[in-house]
Amino acid sequence: MSRRTCLNAAGIAVVLAVICVLPFVVRPYQLDFLIFLFINVILVVSYRLIAITGEFSLAHAVIMGVGAYASALLASLPISPWISMPLGGVAAAVIAYILSFPLFRMKGFYFLIGSFAAAEAIRLCWVQFNDPFGGFRGLRGIPVLEIDLGDLLYLDLGAPVPYYFFAMIVGLIFLTVMYRIEHSRFGFVFHAVHHKDTLAQSVGVDVRRYRTIAFVTGGFFAGIAGAMLAHYVTAINPGLFGLKQMLFVLVWVLVGGLGHFAGPIIGVTVLSIIDESLRGLDELRPGFYGLVLIATMLFLPDGLVSLPRKVMQWLVWLRKRGEGALARRE
Amino acid sequence: MTDLELILQTVLNSLIASSFTAIFAVGLVLIFGIMQIVNFAHGALYMVGAYATWYLYAEVGLPFFASIVLATLLTMAIGLLMERALFRPMRGNLFGGLIVSVGMMFVLEVLVVYLFGQGLMKNMTPYFKESWHAFGIESVTISHSRLFVFAIAAFILVTFWLFMSRTRLGWAMRACAQNPEAAALQGIGIGKISMLAMAISAAMAGMGGAVMSPLVRITPQMGHPVLVTAFIVMIVGGMGSIEGALIAAVAYSFFHTFVTTYIGGEIATILGLALMLLVLIVKPTGIMGARESV
Repeated sequence: MSRRTCLNAAGIAVVLAVICVLPFVVRPYQLDFLIFLFINVILVVSYRLIAITGEFSLAHAVIMGVGAYASALLASLPISPWISMPLGGVAAAVIAYILSFPLFRMKGFYFLIGSFAAAEAIRLCWVQFNDPFGGFRGLRGIPVLEIDLGDLLYLDLGAPVPYYFFAMIVGLIFLTVMYRIEHSRFGFVFHAVHHKDTLAQSVGVDVRRYRTIAFVTGGFFAGIAGAMLAHYVTAINPGLFGLKQMLFVLVWVLVGGLGHFAGPIIGVTVLSIIDESLRGLDELRPGFYGLVLIATMLFLPDGLVSLPRKVMQWLVWLRKRGEGALARRE
Repeated sequence: MTDLELILQTVLNSLIASSFTAIFAVGLVLIFGIMQIVNFAHGALYMVGAYATWYLYAEVGLPFFASIVLATLLTMAIGLLMERALFRPMRGNLFGGLIVSVGMMFVLEVLVVYLFGQGLMKNMTPYFKESWHAFGIESVTISHSRLFVFAIAAFILVTFWLFMSRTRLGWAMRACAQNPEAAALQGIGIGKISMLAMAISAAMAGMGGAVMSPLVRITPQMGHPVLVTAFIVMIVGGMGSIEGALIAAVAYSFFHTFVTTYIGGEIATILGLALMLLVLIVKPTGIMGARESV
């Protein structure tokens, strides 16, 4: 084990310890905030899985919504939420797979706008059809998760603290899985498809197939994130998965930095915490997001994750300039 | 109202919708053609135009036409600021330009909320109170405000077309759109042309907002549906092609208005988006777009 991996492991252990203690020291509404943060972490990391193949999708929030709606509708059948949640993820993956046929005929800007159009069409269907989607008011009274082992154990996961740990465990499992995917053979191909599209094709990589795999896998995790949201807040509506939500996902990912696995996680955490501290100024929040986004694109195009390296470079440059100035004086 | 009258009314509605959609989409397409940037803030400029007109006319009490001119100048100034501060560093970076314009959209939307408050009804008594009964038919009515929209839009489009086809500056602009490097080699200042294009585009959006302000609900998000329409028009017409955008604007407005009248608004938008997806799949360059090499 090298020093670097040791440091990484120690860092992760500290973060985990803090996360485990956190629910017992914060106020109840802050616990809600942390649960949404976990769900958003799954969302942005699954978005990165798609984005590393080189295409930016504007359909991710709606894919998440597909998971939420599918799980909520299945649970009202009634099917136990424990089964409907994974099925929600599967439904999101299936929709992503269907969308991938038209969408991956496009590239670049066309893909972006195409994915937006497809997503908006799905979202407007939820608004349009009252039965079964409930129109613009959406679905209500979605059952919460519970663990019922008869006399042995009963746990209502609708309460914040148990759900916090549930979201944490699911989040950690998914992050590990997505990390492993990125560092598997598949993940290397994803990177190759992004950076050397034509070269990858010429050595026999089916670029479209790998983009589809990334899109469907990302869709699956986003769908589960949506189902987790639906079974916690117990009411969903089409407005939750609109363009604004999608743009927020994009902001989190880009401000955090796409180049590194931790980038989106840092982005969503930092921005959500700042966002939360602006709670009193509700209608001004998007403006803050806009300014951060512009500043990041202009001055830190690789995101927050590149900040330490940038600062290091700057320090080295300063020192060199200092030495140079000294040399001139002599 | 008989069937025939309903059809006549819908045709007139479509014509007015197409004129507005055309000036909005042409501004968006112009920016894409010259700078390769998809301006998400275009809808926000439209919104700013509407807010400024409402404020100057209904609150300050300036004459209606003066309010429109001032609102247009204001959006023009914002457009120039955006070009200098945001779009110029992002030149040629399609995704970066898109992202900064999204940021600008958020900032402008929040700015109007900050200045004018949220949730208040921005009521505005229309300047034109009369209506026109088309061809003397009693049940077919078009209010003068909407005729005014049509007149202004037609005037802008004709002026723009004359500018692009008859003046040296217009030729320079077209040269920039076709091949920026070759244009620069001929001594055309790309920076100047970009600023001019941005000024024209922002003025079109702002003036669109100004003349539409008596007819629509003025909210910070009023630009979103218009922007979605403009994207559909832009894709169907072919990216960067102004003629294509004009044709697509008219075709789409007729399609959307007729479906809205006979079936419903949501369905019309869903079908419009599906149409755009179809165009993207079958002919991604749009009806008038140039062939693109890989």
